[in-house]
Amino acid sequence: MKKILQIGWKDLRVIFRDRAALILMLLAPFAMTVGMGLVTGTLSSSGGGLSQVPVVVVNLDQSTLGVALTEVLMSPELSQLLAVEENNDVAAARAMVDADKTAAVVIIPTGFTASVIPQAGQSSSADAQIELYKNPSWPISSDIVQSIVESFLNEVETGRIGGQVAVAQLIASGLVSQQQAAEVGMQIGTRLANEQSNMQTLTLNTRQTSVSEEPNFLMYIAPGFALLFLMYTVSLGGKTLLTERQEGTLTRLMTTPTGPSQVLVGKMAGTYMIGLAQMTILIVASALLLGLRWGDPLAVAILLLTTVAAATGWGMLLAALSRTPGQVSSIGMAMTLLFGLVGGSFFGGTLPGVVGYIGMLTPNYWGQTGFNTLARGGDLQDLLPVYAVLLAMAAILLVISVFIFRRKGLLQR
Amino acid sequence: MSLILEVQNLVKKFGDITAVDGVSFNIQEGEVFSLLGPNGAGKTTTISMLSCLLEPTSGDAIIDGHSVTRDALQVKGVIGVVPQEIALYEELSARENLTFWGQMYGLGGSALKTRVNEVLEQIGLADRAKDKIKTYSGGMKRRVNIGVGLLHKPRLLFMDEPTVGIDPQSRRSILDSVKDLNKAGMTVLYTTHYMEEAEELSHRVGIVDQGKMIAIGTQKELTQLVGENETLRLHIGENVDVQPLMDALKELPYVIHVSASDNMVVLIVPEADDALPPVLGMADRLGYKIRSVDIQEPNLEAVFLKLTGKALRD
Repeated sequence: MKKILQIGWKDLRVIFRDRAALILMLLAPFAMTVGMGLVTGTLSSSGGGLSQVPVVVVNLDQSTLGVALTEVLMSPELSQLLAVEENNDVAAARAMVDADKTAAVVIIPTGFTASVIPQAGQSSSADAQIELYKNPSWPISSDIVQSIVESFLNEVETGRIGGQVAVAQLIASGLVSQQQAAEVGMQIGTRLANEQSNMQTLTLNTRQTSVSEEPNFLMYIAPGFALLFLMYTVSLGGKTLLTERQEGTLTRLMTTPTGPSQVLVGKMAGTYMIGLAQMTILIVASALLLGLRWGDPLAVAILLLTTVAAATGWGMLLAALSRTPGQVSSIGMAMTLLFGLVGGSFFGGTLPGVVGYIGMLTPNYWGQTGFNTLARGGDLQDLLPVYAVLLAMAAILLVISVFIFRRKGLLQR
Repeated sequence: MSLILEVQNLVKKFGDITAVDGVSFNIQEGEVFSLLGPNGAGKTTTISMLSCLLEPTSGDAIIDGHSVTRDALQVKGVIGVVPQEIALYEELSARENLTFWGQMYGLGGSALKTRVNEVLEQIGLADRAKDKIKTYSGGMKRRVNIGVGLLHKPRLLFMDEPTVGIDPQSRRSILDSVKDLNKAGMTVLYTTHYMEEAEELSHRVGIVDQGKMIAIGTQKELTQLVGENETLRLHIGENVDVQPLMDALKELPYVIHVSASDNMVVLIVPEADDALPPVLGMADRLGYKIRSVDIQEPNLEAVFLKLTGKALRD
């Protein structure tokens, strides 16, 4: 075991002194992530998630529910998530969305309260609906606003139905007369709408629409690029095996009291350690420099260990099937790009249809699935199937590689 | 002295080609034994089998009581190998290389550190220990290459043509190192196609050609095979057809053997002083311009020439 780690550690040191390799292993994925962040504007929101989503509220109602919704949106609990601006001009507010200056406009129409809670002595007014004018280029942000408004409306609807049921029961039991029903209903509705407890429930729901559940684009694309270049790294690791054979160091290793299996497993360990170091550096760097939150550290760590193991399997298979280091380089680059494409690394997600199924053969697909699950708030339990698939992939590929190495006599005495 | 290596009828075939054909020899502890032969004679294949890198087709070798066919791991602990090609990690420094290879020989901790420092001193590279191998000259790389083989203080050191392709100064340094190592008690199996190296270094020499061991002995024993005969080398210009001259010289009464090598005609004669006038006269009559003449007393070159009918570098 000691010699295996020593061989692996030596490979790690050799690779990390190769400037060209370092550029491709570390600088390229990080630069591409930053580049995508700048292009999409997602890098501007610090903290790795959404914050200070710009929203405009046009409250034309100016009655109980209109004021209540405005207060919810401007509440201290949502102050980090939303940056709410009031405006009384609907056209001007819509123009702000059209000019891409805000994520959404919430328009509370005149008579909204009256449409929900009929006033005493008045029949129910015409149906007045809240309008949410969403900015399509801010899909996640505007969805968050929609979610908050829907939560509010659900609470109000619950209150209204509760009031109706209560009044109907009062009439049926003879406690109030038909003439008194309208006044009692209004009192119940008003109380429900104004009750602090309802607002707390609303606040609770908006909290669920939290930052960790709505990751920004970088949270998808950063692991994508890391996984893309991980495949390059493992092909590089596989290449070192053939380079050592070509340069005589592999033969020399076989003249020392080190067994062929120790040498082979040591080389695998080297590739694994290099991949692990690369992924760890990228994750830590993106967390520290870009503020990305990768999720449950233990789940992330296990995902790293299993993803790199599966990738190492592919790297070893590539080395086993190739004859020269040059062959590994060219096929390795093709594999990196192909796996990145079908495994969804370029998009930070998985692809639909046949391509998606093919992608399931790659560590990129499963790694991406795992990271995306974590980014959406998933935990270790949710990732168990992903870990299992990656481990199975690693085991199968490494066994096949060893079989081919032995058949080709790479480590024969 | 006890036997440290006993090679028993070693054979290695690659398909229809027999690279090593029934080679047998012994090496005593403390001895420098050279395998002398031209390129392709089977020297490296023999070393590879003794290093447990190649499995013999038949035969065996016993190193310090361990069979190379059955006890590879034990054999590897006894031997040190200096391969013909430089086998080092160019991106690592000399110290890092030596440390890694020391670990592969099972060394560790302070013992490894101490030994690495000793070897660095021994190969004269202590002051360049931190520099990457890729910044070294060819000769310096050769020295580190040798140093790796010495790390675990092997009882038997295999050196496979360690002076190929290096400058005269580095070559001199390596030959001196071998002598120093031997003085310190190390047993060395040295392969070369340079007769001078075998003569300078070896207690005994095994001459190999076409996979076969054709003679073994001390230099004195081997040269006795050619008696008191001397070797005459006639240096002739490039691109000259020497066959007519060789045919004519064979007919002279003083000439025992004639061959050609590297723009030279090589003759074995009983007495150079007697043979030289008629030889030069014949060359002059046939219109050959002789640029220079070397006269050598009996040596391994002459032995090889006599035993194989060709020069070592043919």
